[in-house]
Amino acid sequence: MELVVLVKQVPDTESLIEIAGDGVSIKTQDIKWVMNPYDELAVEEALQIREAQGGSVTVVSMGPQKAVETIRTALAMGADKGVHINDPAAEGSDALATAKILSAALKEIPFDLIIAGHRAVDEDNFQVASAVAEYLGIPQVSMVVKAELLDGKIRCHRTIEGGTVVVEAGLPALFTTQRGLNEPRYASLPGIMKAKKKPVDVKTIADLGIDPSTVGQASRKVKIKGMKLPPERQAVRMIDGESSQEKAAALVRVLHEEIKII
Amino acid sequence: MAQGVFVITEQRDGAFRKVSFEAVSEGRRVADGLGADLTAVVVGSGIEGIAGELKKYGPDKILIADDAALADYTTDAYTNALADLIQSTDPAVIILGATVQGKDLAARLAARLDAGLGMDCTAIKMDDGNLTLTRPMFGGKIFADVEIEGALQIVAIRPNVMDIVEASKDCTVESPAVQVGDVKTTVAEKSMDSGDKIELTEADIIVSGGRGSGGKFGVVEELAAALGGAVGASRSAVDEGWRPHSDQVGQTGKVVSPMLYVACGISGAIQHLAGMSTSKFIVAINKDPEAPIFSKADFGIVGDMFEVVPALSEEVKKIKS
Repeated sequence: MELVVLVKQVPDTESLIEIAGDGVSIKTQDIKWVMNPYDELAVEEALQIREAQGGSVTVVSMGPQKAVETIRTALAMGADKGVHINDPAAEGSDALATAKILSAALKEIPFDLIIAGHRAVDEDNFQVASAVAEYLGIPQVSMVVKAELLDGKIRCHRTIEGGTVVVEAGLPALFTTQRGLNEPRYASLPGIMKAKKKPVDVKTIADLGIDPSTVGQASRKVKIKGMKLPPERQAVRMIDGESSQEKAAALVRVLHEEIKII
Repeated sequence: MAQGVFVITEQRDGAFRKVSFEAVSEGRRVADGLGADLTAVVVGSGIEGIAGELKKYGPDKILIADDAALADYTTDAYTNALADLIQSTDPAVIILGATVQGKDLAARLAARLDAGLGMDCTAIKMDDGNLTLTRPMFGGKIFADVEIEGALQIVAIRPNVMDIVEASKDCTVESPAVQVGDVKTTVAEKSMDSGDKIELTEADIIVSGGRGSGGKFGVVEELAAALGGAVGASRSAVDEGWRPHSDQVGQTGKVVSPMLYVACGISGAIQHLAGMSTSKFIVAINKDPEAPIFSKADFGIVGDMFEVVPALSEEVKKIKS
């Protein structure tokens, strides 16, 4: 089983995000960068499938030089090799351009199954993996909480609002992860040592046969015009009282009589 | 030339999801702003009977895409059928709900149609026929205003945020031929929760519990039941195994926008705040007066949740009886 995992380096979810001086991007200097949490689930799932079925796990990521840290993390978890698409021309690509670049890289890598996070917790586009599947002409199943390989196909459980559906797709296919799929392992110290010796192929846009003018910031269909912080709430109104009963009664009175929500 | 607004509605087992009405209402507003027509499409199998429910939200035309192969959602069948209908309608704007299904469909359609997609938008502003979309990024820590270039733009709207507006008008109904094409995925099983469970992303009221609950969610469930709301949980409560992943509210869980969000024993990690900050009113109950949750709340009670929350349930029951 040849497995490919798409990973992205993103700000840690505990990071405070601030808007940069240009008003259309975020301050990056104080951010702790980590593997997108949904991608950790994807790496773990690929490793479990390889452990059960044999084969290899290739990790593919697009990003600047430091994104190699995320590839190394996946290699330390146990993936076999990495592909790092590192080209200034790709910087600022929107979801479709990113998918175009990743799918070009995937045309050079043999795969039966591609696993990715259902979204990256930076721009929250929920889009790249689906577009990769479209460009490769393969079926996709998104937000999967349980995956089973059957003869020549993948059987995926996905949670939908108010229930679960089980979807089957013939291989090759792509699926995206949702929390609940597995518990990602931590990289062990020997794993980290071994990862240093594992191969990471570095590719440019030209290596992939892509015209640089069709990707990157200038090619964006979705243009960010401005960023703002979430609207500030008015200062909290603390509800006091002599007892819990009194406080509860006072709060319910406000919710019922003043803002008429209950 | 591409013109008009095309709304993709969502139904399951013959019942529209609420966001469908939000999408048609918003579609009407955008179509009026653009001076264009609004087409709404209903997709499924045996859904002819429900299509008329959309009329009161003001579409100029309703398309019924009815085919046995569309009974349950699969990415490829729905993308094939809709891409075909969209190409023959040639709209400038597509609007749909950013549900689990809608996000999956919007992403694949955007790639198929080479269209820019604004995912999970919380507002659509119109200025001289140009749309500016507001969408949360970084799990709601940032709100970005984006514009989409190109002849076709796709807008997936966050459920429970935009208004449902009745605007009945004359409307034609058509059932065009449906091209489902080559389908490589099948739905093998479907199991739905019991009927009375309220979906978090659609709930008007959510009562959530965190680490402070110590895993005893009984009082949280009781208050949710008294209010007619849904139960949510913080990541730590889910990580502890106290609640299923599907109950998690936060940056790596569900992002919710209810009218009322009641946080019980939740300290207010950035991760959690990102998932509920667009709630209309936020109530926090925590024994620590310094808990960060109070900085994001409208109303706060400092106290033991095991005393305060049951007392709230009693008071709510008194009002409702």
